[in-house]
Amino acid sequence: MSAPAVDCRGISVRFMSERRTVTALEDVSFSVEPGGFTSLLGPSGCGKSTLLRVVADLIAPSEGHISVLGTSPAEARRGRSLGFVFQDAALLPWRTALQNVELPLEVGGRRALPAGAATPKELLALVGLSGWENSYPHELSGGMRQRVSIARALLGGPRLLLMDEPFGALDEFTRDRLNAELRRIWAETGTTILFVTHSVYEAVFLADQVLVLAANPGRVAALQPIELPRNRELAVRDTAEFVAIAARLRAQLGSTH
Amino acid sequence: MNAAPDTVRFEARAAAVAAAEAAYRRGLARTRLKRRLLPALGIAALIGVWALLVYVLKVPTFVAPSPYLVATTLVAKFDVLMVNLLPTAIESISGFLLGNLAAIIIATVFVHSKSAEQAFFPVVVLINTIPVVAKAPILVLLLGNGMEPKIAIAALICFFPTLVNMVRGLESVNPQSLELMKVLSASNTEIFFKLRLLNAVPYLFSALKIAASTAVIGAIVGEWIGSTTGIGALIIQSTYNFDSAMLYATVIVGSVFSVLFFLAITLAERLAVRWQPAA
Repeated sequence: MSAPAVDCRGISVRFMSERRTVTALEDVSFSVEPGGFTSLLGPSGCGKSTLLRVVADLIAPSEGHISVLGTSPAEARRGRSLGFVFQDAALLPWRTALQNVELPLEVGGRRALPAGAATPKELLALVGLSGWENSYPHELSGGMRQRVSIARALLGGPRLLLMDEPFGALDEFTRDRLNAELRRIWAETGTTILFVTHSVYEAVFLADQVLVLAANPGRVAALQPIELPRNRELAVRDTAEFVAIAARLRAQLGSTH
Repeated sequence: MNAAPDTVRFEARAAAVAAAEAAYRRGLARTRLKRRLLPALGIAALIGVWALLVYVLKVPTFVAPSPYLVATTLVAKFDVLMVNLLPTAIESISGFLLGNLAAIIIATVFVHSKSAEQAFFPVVVLINTIPVVAKAPILVLLLGNGMEPKIAIAALICFFPTLVNMVRGLESVNPQSLELMKVLSASNTEIFFKLRLLNAVPYLFSALKIAASTAVIGAIVGEWIGSTTGIGALIIQSTYNFDSAMLYATVIVGSVFSVLFFLAITLAERLAVRWQPAA
């Protein structure tokens, strides 16, 4: 009854250069329900980051139709309905953690925080960084920097959070902890999340559906619903169900090479 | 039975750690002292070799003075030296400000208009290939005999390195930060002031540090051509008068001023750039 949060129909993206044309995505169709958590899983070069950028209005598709939150990606971006978390946190090094979270209030028309929305300070508390407000990015660890960037993406209460391998550069322990915290943040904020990763474990643990992409050209290999309990602990990864789902995904990834 | 050896071991280890810490701190103090002492020692050695050579080889004073003679000239002629330093200082500082300001503005234009960069960057490179000594007479003919041509030379000499560094600083922003700004629907003006300009500050300072010393060189070279005051004029005069002691004293005053200028910029950098530049 409610419109899908993201609806892609036959999306293709081609990058042209003098020497050759690369097809990054070919005829990709999928949709994400509002409030859902979808992982985009695939090998490098399968166009999963490109797909995320199409949703964020950073790349225009060569073909196909996409609607984001019932409107065009550009309209959703202008309406500040999107939050984007980048792989390298993309914090501005001359700003403190708090000032980095406040950046969205200073650009794009200097918008005020909607009534009732969480303040930058509250968001830093949500991601577990109370007391670090005045630290500069170089004084924070990689995991902490990524927490700051998540807080920044959550400012203003976006209805769709796009995450591009945000934990890819972190060590396994930090990644595990942030995975668990991201599930908690998702449950607390109720926002729709699209999460790019190349880790099968991460994809399955986080999401309620996994979109498996194949490379050369990037295309949808499978859409796998994840039937695991909504309240997940990291230990769920040792259960037989989890292992079975992960094995199925790995088989789907393997068959596409 | 077991407690006693444990306590002993713990105390022994604490003592060992304390001793290691004390040794480390002593080493650190020694390194610090060495770092201060060695440059002074180097300069002292240079002056010593200079004095020795002048004495042993019986170098005539009009060829090269002894360090002692230079020192006494520095003291005796201090007021003359300072009177001549003033115009050079004004010229180099004004040239520094003008040249760098122009470079920053043009870099901003280049970043916003690729066509402007493609059209005018070759012109800038061309002007930069003309040696300073060749630019100086051209500018003296154009601007007369006052401070203006010297300021222009100092400005021109600062301009190029700052332009190149500033363009690089404004353009080499993290691509993901740029994407972030686009996701936030930031305008080009906002991207410039909130992202590019601040990103360029460390690049700007490395250019300013070069410019601080080259601006002084530019002003001095400018003064070589038809000038009656200034460090450059004094260098020419004392050379023609075979007054080697005055020549050396003038050169020393000029370089001390250059070093102070450089240190001032370094200090300003330390105050302005408190973050670590992005890797």
